[in-house]
Amino acid sequence: MNAEAPAIAPADEPAVRFFRVTPLTRRRWANFRAHKRGYWSLWIFITLYLVSLCAELVANDRPLLVWHDGAVYAPAFKAYPETAFGGQFETEADYSDPVVQQLIARDGWAIWPIIPFGYRTIDYDTDQPLPVGPSSRHWLGTDDQGRDVLARLIYGFRLSVTFGLLLTVFSSVIGITAGAIQGFFGGWTDLLLQRAIEIFQSLPLLYLLIIVSTMVQPGFFTLMGVLLLFSWMALVRVVRAEFLRARNLEYVRAARALGLKNSKIMFKHILPNAMVATITFLPFVLNASITTLTSLDFLGFGLPRGSPSLGELLSQARNNLNAPWLGIAGFSVMAIMLSLLIFIGEAVRDAFDPRRSA
Amino acid sequence: MSDLPLLEVEDLGVNFRSEGRIVEAVKGASFTLRRGETLSLVGESGSGKSTAAMSIMQLLPYPIASHPTGSIRLDGLELVGADDRTMRRVRGHRIALVPQEPLTSLNPLHTIDRQIVESIRLHQPGIAREAALARTLELLKLVGLRDAENRIKSYPHELSGGQRQRVMIAMALANEPDLLIADEPTTALDVTVQAQVLDLLQSLQKKLGMAMLLITHDLGIVRKMAERVCVMTDGVIVEAGRTAEVFDNPQHAYTKKLLDAEPRGRPLPVAEDVPVVVGADDLKVHFPIKGWFGKPRAFVKAVDGVSLRIRRGKTLGVVGESGSGKSTMGLALLRLIRSQGGISFGDERIDGRNTRDMRSLRSRMQIVFQDPFASLSPRLTIAQIIEEGLISYRPDLDRTARRQAVRQMLDEVGLRGNILDRYPHEFSGGQRQRIAIARAIILKPEFVVLDEPTSALDMSVQGQIVDLLRDLQEKHGLTYLFISHDLKVVRALAHDVVVMKDGQIVEHGPAHQIFESASSTYTKDLISAAFHLRARDAVAVAVTT
Repeated sequence: MNAEAPAIAPADEPAVRFFRVTPLTRRRWANFRAHKRGYWSLWIFITLYLVSLCAELVANDRPLLVWHDGAVYAPAFKAYPETAFGGQFETEADYSDPVVQQLIARDGWAIWPIIPFGYRTIDYDTDQPLPVGPSSRHWLGTDDQGRDVLARLIYGFRLSVTFGLLLTVFSSVIGITAGAIQGFFGGWTDLLLQRAIEIFQSLPLLYLLIIVSTMVQPGFFTLMGVLLLFSWMALVRVVRAEFLRARNLEYVRAARALGLKNSKIMFKHILPNAMVATITFLPFVLNASITTLTSLDFLGFGLPRGSPSLGELLSQARNNLNAPWLGIAGFSVMAIMLSLLIFIGEAVRDAFDPRRSA
Repeated sequence: MSDLPLLEVEDLGVNFRSEGRIVEAVKGASFTLRRGETLSLVGESGSGKSTAAMSIMQLLPYPIASHPTGSIRLDGLELVGADDRTMRRVRGHRIALVPQEPLTSLNPLHTIDRQIVESIRLHQPGIAREAALARTLELLKLVGLRDAENRIKSYPHELSGGQRQRVMIAMALANEPDLLIADEPTTALDVTVQAQVLDLLQSLQKKLGMAMLLITHDLGIVRKMAERVCVMTDGVIVEAGRTAEVFDNPQHAYTKKLLDAEPRGRPLPVAEDVPVVVGADDLKVHFPIKGWFGKPRAFVKAVDGVSLRIRRGKTLGVVGESGSGKSTMGLALLRLIRSQGGISFGDERIDGRNTRDMRSLRSRMQIVFQDPFASLSPRLTIAQIIEEGLISYRPDLDRTARRQAVRQMLDEVGLRGNILDRYPHEFSGGQRQRIAIARAIILKPEFVVLDEPTSALDMSVQGQIVDLLRDLQEKHGLTYLFISHDLKVVRALAHDVVVMKDGQIVEHGPAHQIFESASSTYTKDLISAAFHLRARDAVAVAVTT
């Protein structure tokens, strides 16, 4: 070699790294942080979701911890018969029953969650007609079956977001795969799949769901399955376009010249470069999933009765116009959740925008 | 003509602000230009030569750009910080610009006469439309646009690259400027057209007595065109003087390096009776133009009946202008695009093999692409890019052994240091091309297609890459198909040369024979344009109005 071989500054980096923050990632993260609204929305959303994941510790009709007769009990996690506390029934203790509370208090103590009601707990201990308005006992009042609205909101938030996240993950996997295949192979594969998608997309989702719900009682996963049939198509267009563009780029040609298998070229070489468009899209897919679930619940075709759902709360609000706290609470949670996600989505979009710099 | 210089640039500095940092693009540049004189600013990409020229027109993105120091005077008129009204009277009127890429500089939705008339009437408000139109026609004839009467109503896409550049020059001349700034005016053009445009600029300058500031990275152009030259690197003018003196007796180390960098040397001697590695018989690549219902209406014959043989350890150079089908032929030989006709590799016919059967051969035939920025996946590290082939073809190697092999290969292509876990964007063009070469060579192939591997690189790097390729050929006994429009590079590497035009072979033979005594006029045109920057086409110098 000639003497003028460009010298490269020796890097002080270890040869093996499991996680490398590339400068690009660092710049994107800086862009994201520079987007103050989105950045704070992300933290608020993460906090809310983490709290709601621990809903059993926040709102529960069983105490977190019971000290009775020299033994420790954790009723929030384990079922104990009433006899354990000196009662008469072999069935699980009903901790909201004053008799049981007295039994425990006589020989120990109990730590209750901040909200001593679960999402299913019906508060019989009220002398007002249901639904009861906000009070120190029920901070956001109860619904028309005497269940605590705040507790239902916390559980409902968890259910909605989890449903949305799972649906987003599954539909991304299917959508990206379908889009990748379409874009990579092009030609007839692309044409046929694209027409199929267009036909499928024109099916009315709502009527299909109504038909399905008359045949089976839709649970969490059946509902997700049915929604998945339709939601995966959102990402196909984006990924397909990226793959169509990338398949003739030179680094893909080079990979082909190396004799790599198509699957390897698709997922190792093209996909990482198509991810920007995809990730930018994800918060909006998540939002759409949550909205769909809520509207189905509102119409009564969603999750089984009794589930802590925001849609069901909203439909109660419609039926009980004399109880405005139901509508206000349900609306606020929906509005805050969707706004947070939109703000995060905007920030992600800006962070990935190459024309922007921090 | 007064003795006072037309343009005086004194201690010019240009700063760019980016992400809170300040980049000094030009530092203390000074030069003067007299009427009728040609001064060339020469340097590699990023040396600040275009930035210096743009600051004369005050066309930098202010306020991101700023001039911390310096003064630019045109006939005593200070241009640095001049207000917009003053600058508008100067731009296009007293100083005109010929840009690098004529296609993006012309508005695609307007006919060319409309664009030139607009420029004339802007600076000469009194002139009538008809008079301006007549002047436009006169200008187009002046720049040697053939059949100007009919072409005047054309849209930019209807013209070829060379014709578009002629239109741009006509537009620049519309108001008889005192100073013409030509920013890499021929980089986007083919060699033969390049020579024509340079001839045109030279004769126009003599005729109109303009001063010309020529910005280029090509030393050949400087030698042909400029009386004086300023060599720039890293924003500093390191050497200035009369062209002949600077070239014959360079003082600064950088100038010497630049002059040294032109591809030199000759291919290694190889025995004549070695076996054929790759052969093609009547190879055709036709792209269908589809009509209604997908029935092909016609075919674009990118490669049309090419036959060739490449012997072991030799380099076959393929030359031709853009669009002559040389890259397509390279891809077809490797079976990376669909083709008709026979292709042989070693003793086997490979034109009938399907994708899976080809896969076993892939490690023995490789390709290096033109643009090292596009040919490396931006999301993979250098190690991941280079070891890719090893993962497929050498399953016996574990991760450590692979990394060792990659490190050794990088060493061989002249990249030292711990770079295995870095990403392509951290490297310069020349370094990336070395990485691309490493990726191709690590599988120890027999045959490598080099598709314009030096065209996207700076002049000083081109020579190094050519040297590297020759070293690797000697060491590993590689057989090359070297595709290039740059005849200088081809002469430094190729044993045999094939000249292509419109998908067909015009001429082929041993390199020395082609370069010294070409038989076809097309080849002669190419050679004269490339080595002497001289257009043999009489039309080019038809500045006879």
